[in-house]
Amino acid sequence: MTRSVLIEKVTEKVEGLTKKQVETIINTVFEGMKEALAKGEKIEIRGFGNFRLKIREGKTARNPKTGEKVQVPPKRAIHFKVGKPFHDALNRAEN
Amino acid sequence: MTKADIVNLVFEKVGLPKNDCQDIVESVFDTIKHTLIEGESIKVSGFGTFNVRKKGSRVGRNPKTKQEVEITPRRVVTFKASDHLKAAIEKM
Repeated sequence: MTRSVLIEKVTEKVEGLTKKQVETIINTVFEGMKEALAKGEKIEIRGFGNFRLKIREGKTARNPKTGEKVQVPPKRAIHFKVGKPFHDALNRAEN
Repeated sequence: MTKADIVNLVFEKVGLPKNDCQDIVESVFDTIKHTLIEGESIKVSGFGTFNVRKKGSRVGRNPKTKQEVEITPRRVVTFKASDHLKAAIEKM
């Protein structure tokens, strides 16, 4: 499913809104989440899951082939943890 | 950031009644959830991709008691940030 299909599905579900309006809303949701993460904030969506940043420190590693030292820069990664009710629903549907 | 903060952003942007904004935001996450429960992945361009992966049974260990337990087969959701989102968080 892509963003455009998501827009269509949500438009069908909620009454009285145009596709254009739903598109604006969905873009606002993801843009807002992106900005929060860019500020280093954690996102908690009850019943869905949490997004948080994992900071990976930089380190000196070695190229295993040549034995040469290389500097690995610090990185930020996003970690998503699925919420308990969602995890349960996923695994109930399966059995 | 919580769901209420997201509802507020939508409220400020579109000016619909707050209850409606709440219903729509709820509906967005609900739709994503149900799509994943059906086993389909979701790609939100500019944000990231949600996938469902099946994991087989394996043996785990209670780290406290060192007792072996079977970890049952399960489905897990993985999220992969898009390059766009990765660039946004590296800039901070």
